[in-house]
Amino acid sequence: MSVTIEEVEAAAQKHPVAPYLRMDRMPHIWCPTCGIGTVMKCYAQALEEADVDMDKAAIVSGIGCTGRVAGYMNLDAFHSTHGRAIPFATGVKLGRPELLVTVFSGDGDLSGIGGNHFIHAARRNMDLLVILVNNFIYGMTGGQNAPTTPLTAKSSTMPFGNFEEPFNLPHLAASCGAVYVARWTCLHTRRLTKSFQEAIDRRGFRFIEVIAPCSTLYARLNRLGSGFDLMRFYHDSAEIKHGADPKEVGIDFQDKIICGKFIDEDRPAMHERMDAHYKKVLGDKYVPMPPEGGWLHE
Amino acid sequence: MKADPAGVLTGAHYLDGDFACGEGAMAAGCRFTAGYPITPSTEVVERISRRFPMMGGTFIQMEDELASMAAVVGASWTGTKCLTVTSGPGFSLMMENIGLGAMMETPLVVVNVQRGGPSTGLPTMTGQADMMQARWGSHGDYRLIALSPQSPQESFDLMIDAFNLSEEYRVPVLFMMDECVGHMTEKVVIPPADEIEIVPRKLTDKPPGEFLPYKANGNGVPEFARAGDGYRFHTTGLTHDERGYPVMSAECQEELIPRLINKITDNVDKISRFDEENTDGADVVLVTYGITARVARMGIDMARKKGVKVGVIRLIVVWPFPEQHIRDLASKIKAFVVPEINLGQMVLEVERCAGGKAETILVPHAGGGVHNPQDICDAILRAAK
Repeated sequence: MSVTIEEVEAAAQKHPVAPYLRMDRMPHIWCPTCGIGTVMKCYAQALEEADVDMDKAAIVSGIGCTGRVAGYMNLDAFHSTHGRAIPFATGVKLGRPELLVTVFSGDGDLSGIGGNHFIHAARRNMDLLVILVNNFIYGMTGGQNAPTTPLTAKSSTMPFGNFEEPFNLPHLAASCGAVYVARWTCLHTRRLTKSFQEAIDRRGFRFIEVIAPCSTLYARLNRLGSGFDLMRFYHDSAEIKHGADPKEVGIDFQDKIICGKFIDEDRPAMHERMDAHYKKVLGDKYVPMPPEGGWLHE
Repeated sequence: MKADPAGVLTGAHYLDGDFACGEGAMAAGCRFTAGYPITPSTEVVERISRRFPMMGGTFIQMEDELASMAAVVGASWTGTKCLTVTSGPGFSLMMENIGLGAMMETPLVVVNVQRGGPSTGLPTMTGQADMMQARWGSHGDYRLIALSPQSPQESFDLMIDAFNLSEEYRVPVLFMMDECVGHMTEKVVIPPADEIEIVPRKLTDKPPGEFLPYKANGNGVPEFARAGDGYRFHTTGLTHDERGYPVMSAECQEELIPRLINKITDNVDKISRFDEENTDGADVVLVTYGITARVARMGIDMARKKGVKVGVIRLIVVWPFPEQHIRDLASKIKAFVVPEINLGQMVLEVERCAGGKAETILVPHAGGGVHNPQDICDAILRAAK
């Protein structure tokens, strides 16, 4: 049976998450069996299920494969510089506090070059939903070692295997003060969507790590088979342990992946704490920035 | 529109240049500042952080200058007027996202209270050695606007112009102070709010769907949509088309980058500002800016007493450089004399524009202090021979 391009395009427009995406930018750039598209779809679905006002939602990405997500979401979207998505998003949030601001980027972007911003945004409990897609490698630049590459795994800059300790990202986020910390793989589509939805409704620094296969580079360099083999591996080796101690959820090469919700607390976000503090110490003299932002108009 | 009175501290004050600069920003309508402490600029954000809570402004001390610069680019996209403040080492870190600001066409102001460099250099002492970094510091081709005040009063006045220019042309504007002006205390008169003219963000009146975020008007500058107003725009540091979508092609680059440059170079006459004194019939013209313009006064007086006809061009807007004016002068005079607290930066522009028609003489100073006026006088006398 043959289908025309027009039929494919018409079908795409009817896709349930089409209103949440820039369909005029499809097809996306990601490789077949890459997990990022699935994570993006889950995020779009979570926006729908959480009934988010899309006109009041902004998304910020850095650079890299996952950094392209902002460009495909039908929101106010910022494709910023490498590693700077979190401070850029901090500006967007503080400039117009009413916005729901999501940072959507990769492991290299957020925990490598952007690591300093990550820990400080978690410390000050910035009101950001941070979605980090971890594929254990720098994909866009061709498979170099990442701060998340497991010990002994090969990368193009660790051709004899990685000998540096990787980050355990949920532990990093939790120890810096993140109020919501979860990890899923991109195969947990229903749980991941629910987790996004839950995190959208929380306040403060919310961190969700999503493990996703990179068949083009990570699987190839490590002879892990096809993208489908990698997906099956992630499916079979994921173990759900809600409330697990984040310290215990580090990932070894081709070993089990502990998933679940590890932290879920309620603490005022940075801008809420600022408001409350100034109200207390300055009283009537304090003039808060209005929710629609600090812009001037006639 | 007129300034928001909440940010205007009307009256006569005794302020240093850093405080005056902060007051200028608040009077200009700045309501978001992100910064990282660095000598000799920190007093600007100290002033702002103390006054912002009373006028609906938000200050955040970021973890470094990379973050400060990224945050002001982000906040500017909410329509808020934004400022960050730094000195040499921080200015180097900001270059990354100054380039992003240029590419995304984001109005904002960056203050650099210059100190001696390179590297950590002379943190508490003056310098003017970041002038070429202000022109070329970020990678790629772009044009920005840079101003240089010579006094605390100008630190206030020009700050308002800096914000207005950033809105007019949608570029980061660099405010190139120096430690001397920053830490010099003088009388600063702040006018009533209704005497301060403010250029508001030029929001599009097109509805979402019809709006193209990077379609330029006749001036080469696109209209703006704020995040949160339903436009659902896309903006990127990648080469992009009128929709703001990335296009990886030489053709798109050829569309975009010349426009980013031309919106400044085509408007040089409107942007350019300098004080001109006694250049008619002059033999020697001094080209100067910032604190050095004031130090040079004494050297000029000394040379005039010896009978030399000395004219002065004091650059207020340093970038874009007033090329044509220097070219025109070059054919009428013997020489340009350029004193600056570096080993030869703006002098390169003067020399280029003079094109061999007039001699160009640098009066260098390595930094950490200002010139001895005698050195400037001697250079003028040499030039007049």
